[in-house]
Amino acid sequence: MTTPLVTASGLSKHFEVGGGGFFGLRKAATLKAVDEVSFTINAGETLGLVGESGCGKSTLGRLLLRLIEPTSGTIAFDGNDITRIGRMEMRGYRRSMQIIFQDPYGALNPRMSVEDIIAEPLVIHGAKPGAETRKQVTQMLEKVGLPARALDRFPHEFSGGQRQRIGIARALVLHPRLIVCDEAVSALDVSVQAQIVNLLQDLQREMGLTYLFIAHDLSVVRHISDRVAVMYLGKVVEVADKKTIYAAPLHPYTQALIAAVPAQHPAQRSRGRRQRIAGDIPSALNPPSGCRFHTRCPHVMPVCRERAPELREAAAGHQVACHLTDI
Amino acid sequence: MNLLEVRGLTTAFMTGRGEVNAIEEVSFSLKEGEILGIVGESGSGKSVTALTVMGLLPQPPARVAAGEVVFNGQNLTRMSDRDMQRIRGPGISMIFQEPMTSLNPVFSIGDQIMETIAAHERLSQADLRKRAIDMLDKVGIPSASKRLDDYPHQMSGGQRQRVMIAMALACNPKLLIADEPTTALDVTIQAQILDLLMDLRDEFGMAIMIITHNMGVIAETADRVLVMYAGRVIEEAPVAQVFDRPLHPYTRGLLECVPSLTEDKPRLVAIPGTLPEPARRPPGCRFAPRCSHALPACSEAIPGLELLEPAHTVACFRAQELAPA
Ligand SMILES: Nc1ncnc2c1ncn2[C@@H]1O[C@H](COP(=O)(O)OP(=O)(O)OP(=O)(O)O)[C@@H](O)[C@H]1O
Ligand SMILES: Nc1ncnc2c1ncn2[C@@H]1O[C@H](COP(=O)(O)OP(=O)(O)O)[C@@H](O)[C@H]1O
Ligand code: SF4
Ligand code: SF4
Ligand SMILES: [Mg+2]
Ligand SMILES: [Mg+2]
Repeated sequence: MTTPLVTASGLSKHFEVGGGGFFGLRKAATLKAVDEVSFTINAGETLGLVGESGCGKSTLGRLLLRLIEPTSGTIAFDGNDITRIGRMEMRGYRRSMQIIFQDPYGALNPRMSVEDIIAEPLVIHGAKPGAETRKQVTQMLEKVGLPARALDRFPHEFSGGQRQRIGIARALVLHPRLIVCDEAVSALDVSVQAQIVNLLQDLQREMGLTYLFIAHDLSVVRHISDRVAVMYLGKVVEVADKKTIYAAPLHPYTQALIAAVPAQHPAQRSRGRRQRIAGDIPSALNPPSGCRFHTRCPHVMPVCRERAPELREAAAGHQVACHLTDI
Repeated sequence: MNLLEVRGLTTAFMTGRGEVNAIEEVSFSLKEGEILGIVGESGSGKSVTALTVMGLLPQPPARVAAGEVVFNGQNLTRMSDRDMQRIRGPGISMIFQEPMTSLNPVFSIGDQIMETIAAHERLSQADLRKRAIDMLDKVGIPSASKRLDDYPHQMSGGQRQRVMIAMALACNPKLLIADEPTTALDVTIQAQILDLLMDLRDEFGMAIMIITHNMGVIAETADRVLVMYAGRVIEEAPVAQVFDRPLHPYTRGLLECVPSLTEDKPRLVAIPGTLPEPARRPPGCRFAPRCSHALPACSEAIPGLELLEPAHTVACFRAQELAPA
């Protein structure tokens, strides 16, 4: 079952920033938050998306849902190009695509009851408040593991994990097909995080959902994903099924990322044993020439400074953008 | 002699609902050069423990209701604010999770490091500058002499945390308290900062108290581990023991709910429920409502820490009986 539900082709989002003096920068500059990215998400799968802060994960997630407009490139949903369709036509797709955010506190309107929060997407899409809507909301509440008496209560009366359940109920009430989970479990304590990860997996099975799972915790991503995409400074640098990418990563950045994950047992301490990449992630405003990873890459070659490597199939289902694998 | 002895520490806060204990009967010790990891979920009392040791909690609303902190033979709990200020810096230093909130945005990082040193040592301006550059070098800021005049916003999150560490180390403290020092950082930067802390311990022999909610950070750094839950220490052991032979049901749960980086698990083992707020803690064992081994007796009294195995203490009525063979 590998029918793509989402296909992104050459997708870019550039922001015009600056003009102010914050970084001593007077001239307006172009920030390439997402730069010519192509990939697919298959129906029913979970694609994990990882990379360091600021590499463009959230921007990419928002682009797929057309919450922001791409600078160039196309997005196909279920085989239909949705990049340039009008508002009315987009409405039909909107209900099939939802997003769950990191911050269970900020994402919910504190003045709305749980019932109104979950019903809102239904109402926006034409449902009348009443017995039928209430029934759907109650069903959703039960699905995410909250009691019906939660309906009349307000977000502040719930713990972080419960609020995330409310956010999930709201995202799922329209029975969407694609959910972008943007750091959906990142703010939660590990014991509660495990509850929500289990819930997301149960709901995926029950409702046939497709997930784009954005997170910075590599072990959570490994657990929940079928395939994983790695981003660095606006580019997707590697995509493979999860077993391959964790056991035999090809891109030096993916290798460094995995090597940096803390050991899960003191006998496997990494200090002095695993290679570290030096330095910080460069500014997205002024990314390095050629391969954007060349300033930190332990295998850098002259060609890397000049030419950007393209994302190519290195093995069946395993794509990587690096001159090492090109040769 | 232990460098730090914390005995029966209870810190209470005055709140709208009356006085509540943020931490209760917390006891532990720390030797020179030792790295003690304190792990627990958010709200378990890690930061309050650290801030009480540092004497940094505003009183009121905070109050040390019981217990004492003895550092280098001196009782800090009875010390005046002025004497306490002399301990901070050359005695105990602290770094926090969010370096931006503890750095002053309107002063250059060089000025801030020099001010910290000048508060404890009489040095000429030129020597202060030299020491500041030295410190930045030590924590791995490239071209330190050029970065000295930079402002905090001109640095990345990882560099700011390095600057914080440089400031904390500027007076050669005997004990460094690091409260979630890498929580706000990316993993590649986290690895660099953890390496740095370990290198500094090896080089200067200072003791480190590393506070985290991340078992991986504990596995990477700690010699000994304290597990906290709902304001209390529930288990203490050498790091290998905690991972190989956790004796408290909560510690076991914490280890089990983390997914693996190498193996497939069909489903995560979650701990049901959530950590109770201080004002709503259950009677008896604080973990009882979430514990799959709880018996009615568990809710009748609070289990105290008991030495069950060499160097391994645990606070659970059923620990002995549930311990693996
Ligand atoms: N509206 C905007 N205007 C200007 N720049 C933006 C805007 N939104 C995002 N950016 C920039 O685009 C880049 C990618 O940001 P994005 O939020 O997608 O990163 P991310 O990978 O989700 O990071 P994190 O892990 O911190 O959430 C960053 O450099 C960010 O500062
Ligand atoms: N200034 C304060 N006033 C009232 N309660 C506080 C204050 N600071 C912390 N607490 C409470 O003390 C408990 C422990 O907090 P803390 O030590 O910050 O937890 P941790 O660092 O483990 O996440 C929490 O329940 C918190 O709400
Ligand atoms: S292209 Fe060159 S610099 Fe980039 S990751 Fe590959 S080897 Fe490193
Ligand atoms: S004392 Fe009882 S409730 Fe508490 S951890 Fe032990 S078995 Fe569980
Ligand atoms: Mg983001
Ligand atoms: Mg804290």
